[in-house]
This record gives sequence, structure tokens and C-alpha cells, in this order.
Amino acid sequence: MITSLTVVLIVFFLFKEGIGVFNKKPIEDGYVVTINKNNPVKNISSESIKDIYDQKITYWNQLGGTPDSIILFRLEDISNYYTDEQIGENFEGLANCINRLVDSLPNIIAFFPEKYLAPDFNGHNLNISKITLSEFLIGKEWFPTAQPVAQLGVMPLILGTLWVSLGAILIALPLGLAAAIFMSEIAKDKVRNIMKPLIELLAGIPSVVYGFFGLVVIVPLIQKTFDLPVGETGLAGSIILAIMALPTIITISEDAMRNTPRAVKEASLALGASKWQTIYKVVIPYSVSGISAGAILGIGRAIGETMAVLMVTGNAAVIPHTILAPVRTIPATIAAELGEAPNGGLHYKALFALGCILFIITLFINLTVGFISNKKKHNNH
Amino acid sequence: MQKINEAKLAKRKKQNQFIAFWIFRLLSYSIIAVLFIILSFIIIKGISAVNWDFISKMPEDGMTKGGILPAIIGTLCLVAGSIIFAFPVGVLAAIYMNEYMKDSIIKKLIKQMTDNLAGIPSIVFGLFGMALFVNKLGIGDSILAGSLTLGLLVLPIVIRTTEESLKAVDTTFRHASLGLGASKWQTTRRVVLPIAFPNIITGLILSIGRVSGETAPILFTVAAYFLPKLPTSIFDQTMALPYHLYVVSTSGTNIEESRPIAYGTALVLILLVLIANLLANGLRKYFGKKVKMN
Repeated sequence: MITSLTVVLIVFFLFKEGIGVFNKKPIEDGYVVTINKNNPVKNISSESIKDIYDQKITYWNQLGGTPDSIILFRLEDISNYYTDEQIGENFEGLANCINRLVDSLPNIIAFFPEKYLAPDFNGHNLNISKITLSEFLIGKEWFPTAQPVAQLGVMPLILGTLWVSLGAILIALPLGLAAAIFMSEIAKDKVRNIMKPLIELLAGIPSVVYGFFGLVVIVPLIQKTFDLPVGETGLAGSIILAIMALPTIITISEDAMRNTPRAVKEASLALGASKWQTIYKVVIPYSVSGISAGAILGIGRAIGETMAVLMVTGNAAVIPHTILAPVRTIPATIAAELGEAPNGGLHYKALFALGCILFIITLFINLTVGFISNKKKHNNH
Repeated sequence: MQKINEAKLAKRKKQNQFIAFWIFRLLSYSIIAVLFIILSFIIIKGISAVNWDFISKMPEDGMTKGGILPAIIGTLCLVAGSIIFAFPVGVLAAIYMNEYMKDSIIKKLIKQMTDNLAGIPSIVFGLFGMALFVNKLGIGDSILAGSLTLGLLVLPIVIRTTEESLKAVDTTFRHASLGLGASKWQTTRRVVLPIAFPNIITGLILSIGRVSGETAPILFTVAAYFLPKLPTSIFDQTMALPYHLYVVSTSGTNIEESRPIAYGTALVLILLVLIANLLANGLRKYFGKKVKMN
């Protein structure tokens, strides 16, 4: 009841704020981008606007216009063109100045507050379209605070998250399976009784402590070993996440293995199979659904982990190409940026949309695990 | 010829098993070794920073000197607040689900929802807490908002451990009590709960360990970067141990100089979690024996 209510509330608030990102223009509230009315370029995508202001695009013909270089204009540049008297003490002449400026320079692109847009404005006010769901999901650039137009492509973040989690599970799965087999089939009860609480303790260590440990031990180690400029890399994140995912994988796989009926195991042994043959021919196939449930939950834990990843992966929002480069994950992005995002603004809503993505991924993972374990129960009876 | 082959095969079988088992053994021990490396590293580096002043004084000089008292108090407040909220609600929910609800689709659905809630990443709880408690209900960044967020986070854990403990109570006890004419509530209160109580408390202690270490949910609901005073009401912001460790180790004014503080904070935090875990384990063992003797 209360849990269902909480889940519903979480979904409601998360999506209410998250959907908002698609109802807002990715330009700062109350600002406009304008060009000269004779410029043959009429529509500029928000990505190109950013490239223009980053001076990656410097000629109009790169956008299909004339082969002239682009003149950038921001509000603070106004003093290069007009004197203080022309602008006026309280900026009463400013709108007029901007109007004349945009009209006189055919190659200008101007970004300024809408209140300085003269009523008889002679230029072309660019229509910045709202961000669409597909742009949001497959956009390759995440610059939520970029001026004049924010870039909200979550692809690098999604890939970063999957990249780090996949690396973690590649490390954790063999180790975790080995430990589960050892604890359930090989170790004596006495050893198992010591190991079990220690594994639980591993699960109990707060993530921020793992992050701290990663920061002061693993990051410098990676930096030295691979001779990198910075040690904060996807690999560091994967290693820390692997340690954190281990208890989940071990506990669940071990439970599954211990549930193998004794009769099946003894039948195998009686047929002359060694203990090891019994393990990999009987116990593992029998418990494979439990093992996969453990692995999936481990991935889920890794995907949602925030603090440890935030502290060791370097947080560069670029699509990762190697495990030795900094990456940024979805949870780390939320944690790092929400504090600075103005309440209710586009950036704030974009971060909630990220939360929605994270929620959907983990919900999917939980349902999959529920499905696997239900199926298994069904088979057993 | 045949015999030799068989002997060879048997030998190889044994060899394979020997190698495989040793690999598993070594890998398992290496995991335990990692645990001890982490723990001993923090303990050795942190022990020199921790003394009475460290845990009883305010932070000074941009967190390069002084103690972590407000962070300790803040974490204790958050733990208390979230448990006050989550424990009664969780225990009552579990009792209702286990003792009163019949097996049905609704029960299954609620169980699935509880599992889902447990699987939601903590940062999403942080987002939610910020949207609902801080902004919508207008509580603002405060111990109250943080405690409620953390309370929701541990709610599934409380429900789950309570349910497990209730399930572990033998049905014969219930039948005996009901057979003697006790009502369902009397049975639950006088028979089932006392037997399940130790395990429920164990779950409670585990949730305390979990709450004290969570960082992501408190980032935007309560945590203060640097606030060298003690909270006076539940509407105050406060520092907290895990958040303090995060800021001191990543964004302090002078990271090199505040390293000892970071190690010390990590040690205090780990000790808190360790004590909770050991206590839970000890209780489990102690009461496990006691219940069996009955």
C-alpha cells in the first residue's frame, strides 16, 4: 500500500518535472537570437547556434549561406558599436541600437534579451524549436548551461552509464560466481559462516566511502600504471562498481546454488562424476536463472550508483571510446548539476528527465528479475 | 590398455578438480582481501586524525582544521528522523501483509511494488524528495525533508526484514493461540510479534547502517556544505557525515590539507556502519540460539 503509493508518487513527480523539458525552448528564458533579414539562412538548428558561438562554425556558407564570416554579437559587445550616450543611461536607446546594428550588418548573429527587441525590429528572429524526445535521447552533446542555446543530448550520459556498468559486471561476474561456487559447494561450513557476514559487510560500506577509497587509491594507481594525464577514468569507476556489485551477485547466486536439490547432485556423484564435474554440469545449469538474476541486479546496482562513480570517473560528458578516458554517468550528472540548476528551469527539468530514464532502466531490470524468479518457481513445482 | 586410460582419466579428473577448486578458493579469498584492504587502509590512515577534539569540535578554516561534530550530530538526527518515520510504518505494513492479507493478485502486486521501490537508485529518491518535500510542500532544505526522503528509501528494507521475521515464526504457534480462543490481533501481538521481535530489531539496525551512509538522497534535501553550528529544529539544514566526506575529499578549499579530515570522517562513518552490522549479527546469533532453546 504505502510502497505502491510511494512508487506512484515518485513516478508522478519525476515525470511531471521531466516531461517539462519538452515544453520549453532550449534558450534562456526571455532571450532571442536574431539575424539580418536579408541573410539567406532562415533556420539554424540549436546545435549549429552553439557551434557558432563556440566559433566552430565561422562562415555562413557552412550553413548554406553566403561565403562571409559570421559576426558574433552578444549584449556586452554593444559598447564596441555605440557610445554610452546612444545607448542611454537606463538603456532606453538600446533596443533601437540593436535594431540598427542587426539591420546594417548582413552577417551578424545577435543574442540578447527579448525586452531589447524593438517593436519595429527589422531583422529575422530565429525560431528556436522545442527539444524533441528523439533529439533528447540521441543527441550527442550535453551542455545544459551553454549560451545562448543549451544542448541536451543524453547519449553520452547513457553510453557512459552502460560503459561503466558493463565494465563493472565483466569484472564482478567471474569473481562473484567463483565466490558463490566456493561458498555453496566447496567451503566447509565454518569457512562459509565467516565469509558470509564479511560479504554482507562489503555490501554495508557506504558508497561515498568506496568513492573516497577509489579517489585516493585506485585513481592514482591507474594513472601511474597506464601513464595517463588523469586517473579519473571509466576503468576506475568499473573497478569500484565491481566491488560494490559483488555482494549482490554472490548472495543471490549462492542462494540459487544451495537450492539445487540434493538428490540431483547425489545422482551425478553416484554416476562417477567428480565434485567439480557435478558443479559445472549439474549445479550451475540448475541455478542459471538465479545466477542471471544476480548478475542483472548487480548491473542494476551499478547503473544507479551515484556517489562512488561521481568521485572517480572524471565526469566528462563525452561519448567514451576507451575505458581509460573520463566518462560521466546519468546519476553522477544529476548529483553534480542539480545543485546549480535554477529551480524549475530547463536544466532542472532536463535533470529530472534523466531521473526518469534512470527510473525506467531500473524498473525494467527489476521486472526482468521478478520475471526470472517467478518462472523458476513455476518450474520447480 | 583400457585400464591405463581409465586411470589416466580419473587422474586428470582429479587434477582438474584440484585446479578449479584452488582457483575458486583464491578468488574468494581475494574478495575478502579487498574488504580488509579497504577497511585497514581507512582505519590506519584515519586513526591519527581521530581524537576527542575531532569528534567534539566545529570545523574550522575552510574545513582544513577542527572537528566534525555538526556532521556527526546531523547524521544522528537524520537516522533518528528516518527511523521514526519508516519503522512504525514499515512494521505495520509488513504485519498487515503477512498476517491479515490473503494471497491474491493485489498482494503480489504490492510485493512487486515493494521490490521495485527497493530497486530505485538513491539519487532518484533525492530527486523525488527535492520535488515533493522541498519544493512542492515547501518544507525547504531541512532535516525533516531529508529524514522523510531517507525514510522512504529504507521503507522497503524494513518491510522486507519484518516480513521475513514474521514468516519465520512457526504457524503452529499461531494455530495454538487461535485454538485457545485468542483473536487474530491478540495472537499477532502476544505470540507472533514477541517471537519475531529480535529479527525485526536486527532489520532495524541494518537500516540504521544504510541510512547513515547514504549521500545521494540528502544532497538536495538537507545537506549543508559548511555550517559550523548544531541544528536547533527539524526545519534546519545540517551537515552530515557522508556528504561531509564527499565535499572534503573532492571540493574543499584546500584538498591536500583537508585529507586528514577526510580520512577521519571516513573512519567515523565506517565505524558507525561496522558497529551497526556487528550488532545486527550478534543479535541474530544470540537470539537465534535463544529461540531454538525454547
